[in-house]
Amino acid sequence: MPRRLIAARPDEVAFRIGTGVFALLLIAIVLGIGIELTRESMLSIKEFGLSFWFNDKWDPVLGEFGAKAFIWGTLYSSILALAISTPIALGIAIFISELAPAWARRPLVFVTELLAAIPSIVYGLWGIFVLVPFVRSLELATPAWMKAIPLFSGPPLGVGMLSAALVLSIMIIPFTSSVAREVLRAVPQAQREGAYALGATRWEAIRMALFYARTGIVGAVMLGFGRALGETMAVTMVIGNNPQISWSLYAPQYSMAAVLANEFAEAANDLYLHALVEIGLVLFIITLVINVLSRILIWSMGRQPKPRPVRTVAIAAAERA
Amino acid sequence: MRIRWRKALSHLVVLLCGAAVLVALVPLALILFYVVTQGLTSLNLDFFTHMPTPVGETGGGMANSIVGSLMVISIGAIFALPIGIISGVYASEYKGTRFASVTRFAADTLNGVPSIVIGVFVYGVAVLPFRQFSAVAGGVALGIMMIPLIMRTTEELLLLVPLSLKEGALALGATRARAVFTVVLPAALPGIVTGVLLSLARIAGETAPLLFTAFNNRYFSTSLTQPVSTLTVQVYTYSIAPYQDWHRQAWAGALVLVMMVLTCSLLARIATARLERLHRGG
Repeated sequence: MPRRLIAARPDEVAFRIGTGVFALLLIAIVLGIGIELTRESMLSIKEFGLSFWFNDKWDPVLGEFGAKAFIWGTLYSSILALAISTPIALGIAIFISELAPAWARRPLVFVTELLAAIPSIVYGLWGIFVLVPFVRSLELATPAWMKAIPLFSGPPLGVGMLSAALVLSIMIIPFTSSVAREVLRAVPQAQREGAYALGATRWEAIRMALFYARTGIVGAVMLGFGRALGETMAVTMVIGNNPQISWSLYAPQYSMAAVLANEFAEAANDLYLHALVEIGLVLFIITLVINVLSRILIWSMGRQPKPRPVRTVAIAAAERA
Repeated sequence: MRIRWRKALSHLVVLLCGAAVLVALVPLALILFYVVTQGLTSLNLDFFTHMPTPVGETGGGMANSIVGSLMVISIGAIFALPIGIISGVYASEYKGTRFASVTRFAADTLNGVPSIVIGVFVYGVAVLPFRQFSAVAGGVALGIMMIPLIMRTTEELLLLVPLSLKEGALALGATRARAVFTVVLPAALPGIVTGVLLSLARIAGETAPLLFTAFNNRYFSTSLTQPVSTLTVQVYTYSIAPYQDWHRQAWAGALVLVMMVLTCSLLARIATARLERLHRGG
């Protein structure tokens, strides 16, 4: 075994251990996050147990903590955002990878990815001063018969679930579309050629490619979902920060990340702090599961990278990350 | 006549996909438009050179926040660079091993962790024990966000370097460490620089992990162990406050942030442009 022989050299061992320590550090950080969050939420876990998740009362003054309203707000806003952004993101991915002329691809990729480069806080600022007033005017214009539907009931505040879902959907478009684009790239050209040879129209050939890539596409959508769940600043600034559970798009609500951003630095006692950390812990676990699942799906596409220019590899690696 | 219907459907889908691109471009254009117009009219020299004024007084700037942001970002980079690059070296040098896969998995996991959760973690390990918000804590939080990105780019780019380069060095009697750090790593450097710049672009706009690590500071501070003001947190504070003049400054701050982020990602693309030409030509 020549490998064993090489490994026995002292400088070889030193190199492996020396670099391995840094890799270990990286692993330790991830484990550390899980351990630290659990340790710092022990008080709350012991005090409330499972009821923490099914209680919608959040009253720091009386020391009553239930996270149900925040979980609701996070899931509701993320699912709404997904519903809005998925068709758009997939449309963009299809357009760029299947339809656009070759010269237009690079600029289009660049422009859609600009959306990912804009900081969350800038989305929030724009949300407060541009989107929220616009949404309020929409809400004011709601006809009476529509207001009778629970989805559109409530006073026209502007801030609320609708604004949050809109901002979120804009923010996750680039993530979903760039992964979906990569996945479509991995579909063998023969699939499309075969479809065309059988007399398929353009859309029918694209549908073949989409079907071939379905697991990866689901992965791409889930990756966007993971982003939406953890998004903090923009949501905090437009969702209204009111812990209530409501189907209404107009109602100000709250999310897990937003309550952390707003209340963490002000948590006056240990129980309060631990309750907040527990929300962070659950956010950590949920996003972890979603991300691992989506990566498994994307990998299962068997993306065998073709030789690509260095710049593309570097940027793609960074963007995937 | 089914074929006509199928063709019509096909055209419709093509049209819808094109429309999807336009739909995404509208908010992008709107955001950039507002940031640039509102930002430009609010941006002046005072913004860069003056301190925040007390509530109610107009004028002033974000000099302390700009310095604070640069400080926190530098601390993050100093923290993240060695861990990211060297663990990337490990993962590419020992790519078949289980430990390398675990490292890669850890990096991908860390990447998906919401930034606010990283803030909570750093609060627990770097703020709570010292009972003190600090610039270092903020830097560590940002650094943790940079690590996976740097690690993954380093790894992928090292794998692109032709094996013969390393073998040549080894054949001349170099140790593995020598071969990697003086031959392979420099060959991949422009690509790694791209990765680092992109990771900087990503953390330069981060607010959530700084809220309860670096916190905020009304005053000018360059102390590593004191809370420090940063551009992003300052923009947040100003944007949710009820003062017109603060809103104006928030837009100015947003413009500066967007410029910073775009400069980083532009530099990232330039860094590899030459290398890419070489590869294409070669």
